[in-house]
This record gives sequence, C-alpha cells and structure tokens, in this order.
Amino acid sequence: MRPEDATLSLLKELIELPGLSGYEGPVQRRMHAEWEPLSDEIRVGRIGSLYARKRGSGQEPRKSVMLAAHMDAIGMMVSELVEGFIRVAPIGGLDPRVLPGQPVIVHGRRELPGIVVQPPDHNLPDDLSRKPIPLKYLLVDVGLPDPARLVRIGDLISFAQPPIELGEDVLSGHSLDNRASLVAITECLRELGQRDHEWDVLAVATVQEEETFAGAYAAGFELKPSIAIAVDVTFARGPGLPEHKTFKFGKGPANGWGPNIHPGIYSAIEEAAKRVEIPLTREVLPVHSGTDAFPLQIAGEGIPTGLISIPLKYMHTPVEVVSIKDVQRTGRLLAEVVAGLAADFMDTLTWD
Amino acid sequence: MGLDSPIPARPSATHLRLLRNLTEAVGISGSEAQVREIVRAHVEPLADEIRTDAMGNLLVIRKGPGRRRLRVMLAAHMDEVGLMVVSVGSEGELKFERVGGLDARQLVGKPVWIGKDRLPGVIGGKPVHLTTREERKQTTKVESMGIDIGVSKKEAAEGKITPGTGAVFATSFRRIRGTLRAKALDDRMGVAILAELLEHPIEGIELQAAFTVQEEIGLRGAQIAAHTLKPDVAIALDCTPARDLPTWDGEENTQYNARLGHGPAIYAADGRTLAHPGLLRHLVDTAETAGIPYQIRQPGGGGTDAGAIHLTREGIPSISVSVPARYIHTACSIAYVSDWRNTVRLVHAAMSTMTRSALRR
Amino acid sequence: MQELIQRLVEAFGPSGKEDQVRDIVRGEIEPYVDEISVSPLGGLHAIVNPGGGTKIMVAAHMDEIGVIISHVDGNGFARFHKIGGVFPQTLVGHRVRFEGDVTGVIGAEASVEIGDAPKLAEAFIDFGASSVAECPVRVGDLGAFTRPFVKLGNRYVAKSLDDRVGVAVAIEAAKRLRNSPNEVQFAFTTQEEVGLRGARTSAYGLDPDVGIALDVTRTGDTPKGIKMAIELGGGPAIKVRDSGSLSDPRVVDLMVRRAEAAHIPYQLEVLQAGTTDATAIQLTRAGVPVGVISIPCRYIHTPSEMVDAGDVENSVKLLVEILKAPVTLDRE
Repeated sequence: MRPEDATLSLLKELIELPGLSGYEGPVQRRMHAEWEPLSDEIRVGRIGSLYARKRGSGQEPRKSVMLAAHMDAIGMMVSELVEGFIRVAPIGGLDPRVLPGQPVIVHGRRELPGIVVQPPDHNLPDDLSRKPIPLKYLLVDVGLPDPARLVRIGDLISFAQPPIELGEDVLSGHSLDNRASLVAITECLRELGQRDHEWDVLAVATVQEEETFAGAYAAGFELKPSIAIAVDVTFARGPGLPEHKTFKFGKGPANGWGPNIHPGIYSAIEEAAKRVEIPLTREVLPVHSGTDAFPLQIAGEGIPTGLISIPLKYMHTPVEVVSIKDVQRTGRLLAEVVAGLAADFMDTLTWD
Repeated sequence: MGLDSPIPARPSATHLRLLRNLTEAVGISGSEAQVREIVRAHVEPLADEIRTDAMGNLLVIRKGPGRRRLRVMLAAHMDEVGLMVVSVGSEGELKFERVGGLDARQLVGKPVWIGKDRLPGVIGGKPVHLTTREERKQTTKVESMGIDIGVSKKEAAEGKITPGTGAVFATSFRRIRGTLRAKALDDRMGVAILAELLEHPIEGIELQAAFTVQEEIGLRGAQIAAHTLKPDVAIALDCTPARDLPTWDGEENTQYNARLGHGPAIYAADGRTLAHPGLLRHLVDTAETAGIPYQIRQPGGGGTDAGAIHLTREGIPSISVSVPARYIHTACSIAYVSDWRNTVRLVHAAMSTMTRSALRR
Repeated sequence: MQELIQRLVEAFGPSGKEDQVRDIVRGEIEPYVDEISVSPLGGLHAIVNPGGGTKIMVAAHMDEIGVIISHVDGNGFARFHKIGGVFPQTLVGHRVRFEGDVTGVIGAEASVEIGDAPKLAEAFIDFGASSVAECPVRVGDLGAFTRPFVKLGNRYVAKSLDDRVGVAVAIEAAKRLRNSPNEVQFAFTTQEEVGLRGARTSAYGLDPDVGIALDVTRTGDTPKGIKMAIELGGGPAIKVRDSGSLSDPRVVDLMVRRAEAAHIPYQLEVLQAGTTDATAIQLTRAGVPVGVISIPCRYIHTPSEMVDAGDVENSVKLLVEILKAPVTLDRE
C-alpha cells in the first residue's frame, strides 16, 4: 500500500465514526487501536481523552512534548419530540443555514437515518418568510409515524454524508475537523518509530474541544508536559474569504502566532519546517486561537504552547475538504519538531 | 498618614522615570517583552528569587525579615490594549485587529508606534469633504482602517513589518504638576507601584510580586501565576476608569466608577470578583487609621487579575486596589500623582499590619 | 421537608454573603456527616464516609441573585448594580433586604415609560431616607429580594428556590442516607449566580472522582412557553447537557438505571440556555465526569419561583438511590 493510501483509508474510517463532543467513545477506541502499537503506554483519562506515551532515548528525567488533537465533532442532539418529528439542539458551532436537506443519523435505540427539514413558510412565524430558518424551528424527520418508541431526549444526531474522494489528493466529508489532525499525529508516531528522539512524546486525543475545551485543560493539568503543540484545522482560502485569515489549500500547514503561542515553540516549528522543506505559513491569531492551544497554555502552572493547523475548506459543514498531502506534511513536520528537541531545549526557551 | 511610613509622598525622580519608561513601552497582550525588561532591570537587585514563567509572567519573591506570617501575592499586569498588524495591504498599508477592549471611535487620526523599535505610523482617515452625511453618522469600521508607515508598495512595507507585530498609541509621558498624562497607565501604573513596593521589605511578609501578562484578553497570566505561587492572600493592583465627568443633561452623575483625587479605589465587587470581606475591612480600616484617603470603586462590571487569582486551587482570599485614571484604553489617560502615592502608601500599610485574622470571612 | 425549604428560601444569602444560609445548613446536616469544614470562598463541605470508595461531590449552591449598592445620592436614594441574572422586569415595586433588617423598595426614573422595564441605571432603591446620613446602606453593601414562601396546591412558591431547593434535597438525602459505600462530599457552594465560582474552588479542594450538581432547570409547560420537554410534576430531570456542561454519558446512564430500578419518575433534560455548578466541576484538575439532577422550576430568577413537591421528594429519592450503592463508572 502506498503511504497516501494508508493515510486516506485511516482518515476515511475515522470520519465515518460518530464521536460528538462528550460522546467520543467510538473515535477513542479506534485511536486506541491505532496508537497502541506505536506507543509504550496508553490509557484513557478521567473524562475520556486518550493519552499515549512514546518514550524518548534521553536520560531520565526526560522532558516531554504533548501533541494534542481533539477527536470530538460537531453535530446535534434530540431536544424534544413533537408529533413524530424531532427538535434539535446544536453540539458545537453550527450554521443552521447549511442544515435543511442534510442526511443525518439519529442514534436512538437503533440507528435511524433521517433528514433535517425546513417546515414550509406557513408553519413558521411570519417574519421568517424567505429568511434563513433558525435551528429551533428546524426538524428532523426519520420517516416513522411514532419515533418516540426508538428515540429519547438526549440522543445524538450525527451527519451521514459519506466520505467523497475528489481526485487524487483530496477528501471531502464531515468531521475532517479534527480527525485529519489525529491522522497527522498518527503519521508522526509512525515516523518516530524509525528515528531517534530524546524527548518523550505524549500523543493526546482530547474530548469536548468544540464545546468546553475540557479535554485539553484536563490533559495539560494531568500530564504536565514540558511543552505542548495543539494540532487542528484552519481556514483554507476560498471565494469571499479574507486573505489574511485563510491559507492556500494543499500548500502546507500554518504555524500559529499570537498571545496563545509561545514564540520559542513557534520558532522551533519554523526551523523544523525549513530542515525538511515543508512549506509553512504564519497564522496570526491576535487574541483567542479557538483551539486546544488556548486551554493548554494556562493549564496548571502554564505550558509553553504551539499550534500547527491544516488548511481545510468549508469548516463545520458536512462537506469539509482537506488535502491528504497536507495531512502527511503535518505528520512529518511534527516528527521533525520532536526529533529536533535537544535535552537542553527548555533552557533556551524564552519569551524575549 | 502615619509619620513612620517609608513611602515618600512625592514621587522620586527614579520612580517618575520608571513610570515614564513603562508607559512609553510597547507591550500589547502576548508581547510584553519590552515592559518585562524594564521591570526586570529595576527589581532584579531587590529580588530573593526572580524568574519568567511559561507565559512570560515575571515572578519576583522578596522575603521580609523575621518569621514568615503571610505569603502575599501582589499582581500588576504588564500588557496594554492595542493593535496587532495582521496583513499588509496592496498599497503598503498595515491592516490590523484590536487586542483587548479598544473603542473603534478612538482610532482614526491617531499616530502609533509599531513593534519594539517603535516604528512610527498613522491611522489615516477619509477627508471630511469626501464623506457623505450618512457615513458621518457611522463609526468607521476597523476592517477599513489601515496604518500608514510612509511606504506605498506592499513589498516595502513587508520589508519593515511582519504580520503579528503589535502597535500602540504613540503618546509620550508628561507630568503637569500634580497630573500625569500618558498612554497605558492601565496598568503600567500598577507595575510601577509593585516595583516600588519591592524596595520595602516588610517584617513577616513574603511578597510575591507577579508582573502578569495577558490580563486584557482574559486574565490569563494571573491564573497560572497564582497556581504556581500558592499565596495566602492576593491583591491585584490595577488602574480603574474615572468617569467623573459631567453628564450631558446636567443631572447628577451616578455612574462615575471612581473619581480622581479621592485616593485609591478599593473594590467591593466587579464583574469577576466579590472582594474577600475580611480584606475589604482590613483595607478600609488601614486607610482610616493611617488617614489615607480612599474610595470604594463603584460595584459593577469589569475585572482585574483578582478575578482569576481568587478562583485558583482551593480559592485564594483576594481583593483589588486601583489608581483611578480618566480615559484609560485610549491614546491619552490622566491620573493624579496624589492617588498614585496614596495607593503605594495604602498597600504598604495594609501589608505591614496584615495578619491571618484579615482572612476571616 | 416543607418547613426546611421555607426556612432556607426565606433566609438572606446573595452571592458573597451566604453566611445565614450556611448556618442553617450546618445546623441541619452536621449530625449526619463525618467531617465538616468551610472553604476559602465560604462554601460548606460536609463529608460522609471520608476515605471510603468513590469520591462523589454533590454540589448545591447556597447563594441567590441580588443587588449591590453603587451610589447614594444627596436625597438618600441609592443606585445599585445587579448580582447575578436579575431581570429588569422584576425591579420596579419589588423589595430588597440588606443585612441588619434593612428593607428598601425599587423605583425608576420618570424617563422609563409606564409598562416598560427600566435599565439597571434607571432604577434606584428608596429606603425611606431623605439624606445620605439617613440612608442605612453604603456603597458595596449586598442586598437580596424578599418575598414570603407560599404553598399553592402541591407546589412551593418562593424566591431563591434556585437553589435552596437543591440545598434542601442534599440535606434531606444526607439525613436518609446515614452512610454510604462511597465518600460522599456534600458541597454547599457560594457565588454560583455570578459565575460558578465557589464550585470551582470546592471541586479543586475536594478532588472528586464524580461530580453531581443539584439545581433547578427551566420548564416548557407554561402557556406559549419555551420549547423544552420538561414539566413540573414529571419527576427530577436528569440532565444530558446544557449550555455549559456535557454530562458524562456514564453518569447519565447510572442515574437513569437507578431511577428505573427504584421506580422513580424522571425526565431527560436538554437545556439550551443556562448552566450549573457542574460546568465548573468538570474542568477541575484532570477533569471530572459530571451529571446533574435538576428540579423543574417555573419563573426562575423572579421573586416567585415555583417547584412541585413531588419532584422535590423524588429528587431526594433518586439522589439517595445513587449514593447508597457503590458507584463505579467503568463497570456500570
């Protein structure tokens, strides 16, 4: 199998798994199987994040670098059953305008295929005529006369859009945010299996990023890594989007810069990218990065934190699009960063 | 004021210079290096321990003589609100976003300093002749503003400035008799006060001075500083808006927040903290006993580093004391020398007499 | 239990001044627990079976919404700021109480049209004084709304049922429980209404394995009410999620199974606006799996909140069912 095929097939497998915020079990189990042979210790944290440690070759006590990607995805939850229809609450940041007509799976007593439907105008408040319909008025129809036997309040609703390969290097589907980054960390662990690294690596798949950031707060507090790198997706360039907040699609990852980011970690990532000739763009994040880097930086006594992001189109829609090459580049870049961490790196790390 | 206070009522030349240098430094949230260097130079000779932590907080310990009674954390934030350059436009203009609470109406027509080297620039505005009546009723959108650094080509600007660099109002410090005029008095005033307090060790008190980062974007530095320092008690030293101006209709101003010349503003409650009642009593009693003027800052919104500190670990008894200043978060703020000096005196006196009984609720 | 609830809701306890409530709680619960202490933020920690089994924190907040004085004018009228989620429509004509048995009534400036709710800055408190000297409050003093408890049919109506009813449920559960194979950490928290502050520091100190918050939740059973499948009298609500916390699915399952085994009616809750102490608890240290037992409540944050006596009783039963047998999330 070509390496691209391995990357693609793992990613396709991951995005077909549900794993909404707070209910990451299916992804966590799949990642456990994937990371167990690539690490020395693996366990699940108290609220469900996955922690895998790959030991370094340096002398004890060794420094450690955390690579964290969130495994939860956005979706919906049953909030009420009305005359055979389902009302929903959002999980994560959803734009209700993309929902009408979307196929979903309602995870009731059985998995029920359903459709998000927009009621006709005369069933809606007058002032909504021809306007986007807010989530509270949308319904899910599972095509059964009495779904109450099979569905209860609190059941999850995930997107059912299957993965679509668009040409050689491009995959479309839901939940690529942030399963693409889990694959990148996996690629990094694979590469590190072949090369020496002094530091311990903590591969972490966090929970609840889209809702509470609880997974990263907890992981940072519990594992106390010397430094951390959050791996997430960012916006790929497209029509109507501001140029400075978006990145060329398929042209390499972005390196976060701003108050959430330690400049020394930023530089270490930049230098590693130069060594392996991976194109890398600075991503300016003036306040809140909106990623696990935000909680990791202030966990416990604080963690010097960096952020690598993979450009992704159509974020938080069921047809996100990512470049497989960028996922692989991110994995390689992470491995180079880790392998480049010398025993005395912390002594050279300053904010000035 | 007790005669035995070691704190001079008039500021020394050294402390005025320190305050000048601090307010003229460029240090938006996340880029506090220049401020940290100024502070470090002043306090390093005074410190028993000094270090910069994972986020850039400067943590300085000074132990007073005798058996330790209390570990007191005093926090003052080094960062200021400002701008971050995010991209370079086609004509060489610098596009920016705001970092911290800055009113867009304060930006057009102001000179700025960009980066540590204080590269000069101006935020231009449309000639009034070319605006429409409707436009003049709207606030200019930040997205349509740019900083002009005197170049007209994108490449030329890119040679001078990298996106991600901070910019602040270009305002020089001035003292006009009893009045101070500067940018970033919030909270370089607190920083200067904390640096000065380190000069006066107090018997039985371990002073944990935290010069914090990223206060203006969510009290982020103070949280990890408090987690690390584990103090018995904490006081945030900040600068609070004095809105003691007349109202448009001549009615009584009931929302002044704090007033210039009325002394240090002691907090009962703000948007992030309900002050520890024992500490509130202690500060008020100290001020009244020592004859230091004080005011209770009007309860309301806003927040200081105490908001993060008091929720750290099992909870840390905390309060805030601020120097009132008009027009903070704009190009030019105004404070009184007397409020500055009385704040130093109050905090020093409060620490000198503080015992565990002040921590009873 | 009605007598206890009445005493609790009529007590004075705005966020930051929970002392009166804490004294009542301590008097009630002390004989039934093994250890008791007060946290730096004023919370009361009452522990059953310390050192034994899974550590379960049961949090109910003692504080209520209120006001804080910001200015007293020359004629003795006081301006104020809100403490917690005070609605403008609950201001004019309502009464507020301060420490030392001081009462005032809220009025509004004439610029507020009749029928409109004033902005906070347009309202003031009249203490019957006519000068600063006569005014019995000072800037920084904390006050709370006042209103006597009444029983309407099988329903309790009072101010601050949010969350004194949760406090009562915890106390009653402690009395019935007597002992537990788990370490049960009853945490009567402070400053919930201003941002879940007391729960955060209590959870850090107690370091629980599981967190359960007891609080009120909204209902969808009033005329043209919110779209929400919770009703008064339908039993305690087992929270699946709200706008701040995601209940751990293992905790939700445990609650559902124990309710069903004991034939206790329950409702499943998805709340889209509002949250509880569980949000702060779940973010503590290495993370804490949380769940919430909600007592359905109408007219939350008004001086006439309403709960159903049957729901209260069933909430106690459910909590006792959860606490009396060993709790092990992984195996259940």
